[in-house]
Amino acid sequence: MAEIGLAHYLAVGAILFATGMFGIFLNRKNVIVILMSIELLLLAVNVNMVAFSVELGDLVGQVFTLFILTVAAAEAAIGLAILVVFFRNRGSIAVEDINSMKG
Amino acid sequence: MPMAEVPNIVPALPEIFLALAAMTLLMLGVFQKPVTPDGELRAARTTTNLGLITMVLALLLVFTVSGNVLVTFEGMFISDPFATFAKVLILIASTFSLMMAQRWLEQQHAHRFEFAVLVILATLGMMMMVSASNLLSLYMGLELQSLSLYVLAAFQRDDVRSTESGLKYFVLGAMASAFLLYGSSLVYGFTGTTDFATIAATIKAQDHHFPTGLAVGLVFVMAGLAFKVSAVPFHMWTPDVYEGAPTPVTSFFAVAPKVAALALFLRVMMGPFGEMAHQWQGIVVLLSILSMSIGAFAAIAQVNIKRMMAYSSIGHVGYALMGLAVANEQGVTGVLIYLAIYVFMNVGVFACILAMRRGDRMVESIYDLAGLAKSHPGMAAALAVFMFSMAGIPPLAGFFGKLYIFLAAIEAQLYTLAIIGVLTSVVSAYYYLRIIKIMYFDEAEADHLETPLPNVIAAVLGVCSAVIVLFFLVPAPLITTAGAAAASLF
Repeated sequence: MAEIGLAHYLAVGAILFATGMFGIFLNRKNVIVILMSIELLLLAVNVNMVAFSVELGDLVGQVFTLFILTVAAAEAAIGLAILVVFFRNRGSIAVEDINSMKG
Repeated sequence: MPMAEVPNIVPALPEIFLALAAMTLLMLGVFQKPVTPDGELRAARTTTNLGLITMVLALLLVFTVSGNVLVTFEGMFISDPFATFAKVLILIASTFSLMMAQRWLEQQHAHRFEFAVLVILATLGMMMMVSASNLLSLYMGLELQSLSLYVLAAFQRDDVRSTESGLKYFVLGAMASAFLLYGSSLVYGFTGTTDFATIAATIKAQDHHFPTGLAVGLVFVMAGLAFKVSAVPFHMWTPDVYEGAPTPVTSFFAVAPKVAALALFLRVMMGPFGEMAHQWQGIVVLLSILSMSIGAFAAIAQVNIKRMMAYSSIGHVGYALMGLAVANEQGVTGVLIYLAIYVFMNVGVFACILAMRRGDRMVESIYDLAGLAKSHPGMAAALAVFMFSMAGIPPLAGFFGKLYIFLAAIEAQLYTLAIIGVLTSVVSAYYYLRIIKIMYFDEAEADHLETPLPNVIAAVLGVCSAVIVLFFLVPAPLITTAGAAAASLF
């Protein structure tokens, strides 16, 4: 039987983080997808934190995770609020329409 | 048996006071606000005035608790001369921004009482950042500051550019926070702690054989912090956010968060990662060179004065990072002196931008300043002083800011960095002096800007230009306090 160790959890965290990054940079369609990608980034950090916390036998990592979850909720609320006011003004949430300033 | 000790709250009194005041002002605004336009205006004015009083009281509290190095809340919070220095600058910058904002917001019909509350909350977040001595309290302070700033950027909610800048700032800022967190998680994993002092001790015990994971974590943390100070190549958001955000918000962005983020950068690099200076020095040198160059060259092409100031602030961050790259006490002293002078120069410039108004709309092109010397000789003279100072012309304060940083770099034998710094400041002098040329030698095309200058703006201009012009007469107080503040980091 193969054991699931710290390295596996870290790999999952890294893959999730990379997926979130690609979601932000390669996405040309919709801002909602970007908000989802940001959540993914934060969850990747949570996986890392909990894995390290268990490995080290130290609770600080798990406490940190709870703080990250709380802040992520506030962040999502503010992100969606800003997105709503933007949609009211622009009538679109396509990434390519966020272009009134350049240079 | 007591379950836990009551923590010593005295070192955190200014922060606790600001938090309570922000919540009180929020409640006050909500409950006194009738839905009439008149009531809204009154609520906005009351909260702004009370907010200003709050800031001044917080400043007094900061002075009261300053002096010794005090650590409290289980090592989460530190109050030392370095934190005090940064907090005083942050509070001064926030007070100036709040003072100048009210009139502009009323003219744009964007006056809502939440503005003052958000500015206070952002200030609270910045003060937490500079007092953080644990990765967890660092993150909480940074997020409190960032979340308030995202909302402030989109404050003019019926304006497409303001909301767009809010959205851009939010997406890129959240990504930067995620970088910082990912780095924090790796640092936690490979040192086994989130406490700054213990991280430093663990790294010292490893004696230059650092695990790769720790180095990767350090790079992620640095990327996140570089984003918050808008150092190149993490500066993409700065010009758009500065241009799109309402001008009083831009004037706030340009000073207080910059000071807080740079102070945090200094503390994190010198404190927990001080032993790894050889690892990160090269990265900071690169960030500094790129920021100075992009700040100097990209600003030349700008016509919008807010956008130009965005590139100018990127350049200034480059100079400040030069002091960090030196990685010794002298360098940190240089950065602190530079930041103090930077606050007054930028507040002054933005006071002028806030007064740029023709008829009933705001103008933002640098060519709208043409003929200013004839219509507003006082404002033109003040703006000329700030521009000369930013370009680093002696004997104005901006020259001394650059001088201390260059001296520190040369003594640490970072000659390339110092030479590039001097060359880019020559390039940037071009666009600063161009503003002066437009004000004094170009003929006004349209009618003049608003006359007379609002009292608040005139007062701020007077104070800032007096500080910039007269600094060379009494430089000692600033230099000794900055030196003491820097010494407390080592």
